[in-house]
Amino acid sequence: MSRVSFDRAGLLRGARESWPIALGVFTYGLVFGVLARQAGLGAGGALSMSAFVFAGASQFVALDLWGPDLPFAGLFLTTLAVNLRHVLMGAALGPWFSRLTPLQAYGSLFFMNDESWALTLARCSREDGDVDGAYLLGSGLTVYAAWLASTALGHLAVAGLGDPARYSLDFAFTAVFLALLAGLRRGRQDILPWTLAALVAVLTARLMPGKWHILAGALAGSLAAAWLPRFGSVRD
Amino acid sequence: MTEAAATALAVAGMAAVTYATRAAGLFLVNRLRLAGRWEPFLQSIPGTVLVSILAPAVLAGGPAEWLAAAATVAASLRFRSLPLALAVGLAVVWVLRRIT
Repeated sequence: MSRVSFDRAGLLRGARESWPIALGVFTYGLVFGVLARQAGLGAGGALSMSAFVFAGASQFVALDLWGPDLPFAGLFLTTLAVNLRHVLMGAALGPWFSRLTPLQAYGSLFFMNDESWALTLARCSREDGDVDGAYLLGSGLTVYAAWLASTALGHLAVAGLGDPARYSLDFAFTAVFLALLAGLRRGRQDILPWTLAALVAVLTARLMPGKWHILAGALAGSLAAAWLPRFGSVRD
Repeated sequence: MTEAAATALAVAGMAAVTYATRAAGLFLVNRLRLAGRWEPFLQSIPGTVLVSILAPAVLAGGPAEWLAAAATVAASLRFRSLPLALAVGLAVVWVLRRIT
């Protein structure tokens, strides 16, 4: 079994390799800052939301509900629904993160976001040797800095930015996730779970708002991977 | 409730709920000692989560996005470099959106 460490080298590597995802996050943070101001959320409120919640999708949904009479229960329930995918993501880190100290593991997890998680997982599953658990923290801190800076910038510089689609930056997320997915491919055993995940995700996205499609698709695909007979050779 | 207090309560509640979702996965795996049939389940999560994020997003695009998606995957497989694959994808979509 490989060793799991947690040190400066991993932290710095995670930070260094995260600039492509930070770029995508930055453009979305600008949009969040702009929309927060339009929704009537002040600079302090927008910044503290980005700092303490640090979960883009649920913050956008919160802006939708923002107003003089905040529906607190609805707001918290929606936040839970949008972020429930984190449970699956955290579980997938288990093989490595269960061997860190609680402070290292649960401290790093505050900074877990979709992009840093995917980058960390790609790194963990590629390396046969030692894994550095601080990689997630380094990547997460970089994304965190980009998210805070762009929230502030978007809130202050409301006009003149326009739509990220104008610079094709809206495609950055898709491109990053596609590249990571290409690296995660294990072989024929992936065909069935991935196809099922895609079908269920597309259907759910048609039927339900928010981010339910991520949870629904991933559960369907991964349950199929666990419970249905698998094609081809299995390496383990 | 003042506006500042309402904002503080909203942010605090959202932050607590969100951190709980971030911590719950590892917590459950540690407590339940998932093994056996659950191992292929956990191992397949990264791929199925990414596919579930991507499938509706890619489908929502048009020919420009589809071709750019194919170019991104090809570049990623060929060069094994995330920044390079990202640059290829962005360049292709930028060009194609101006043509189509």
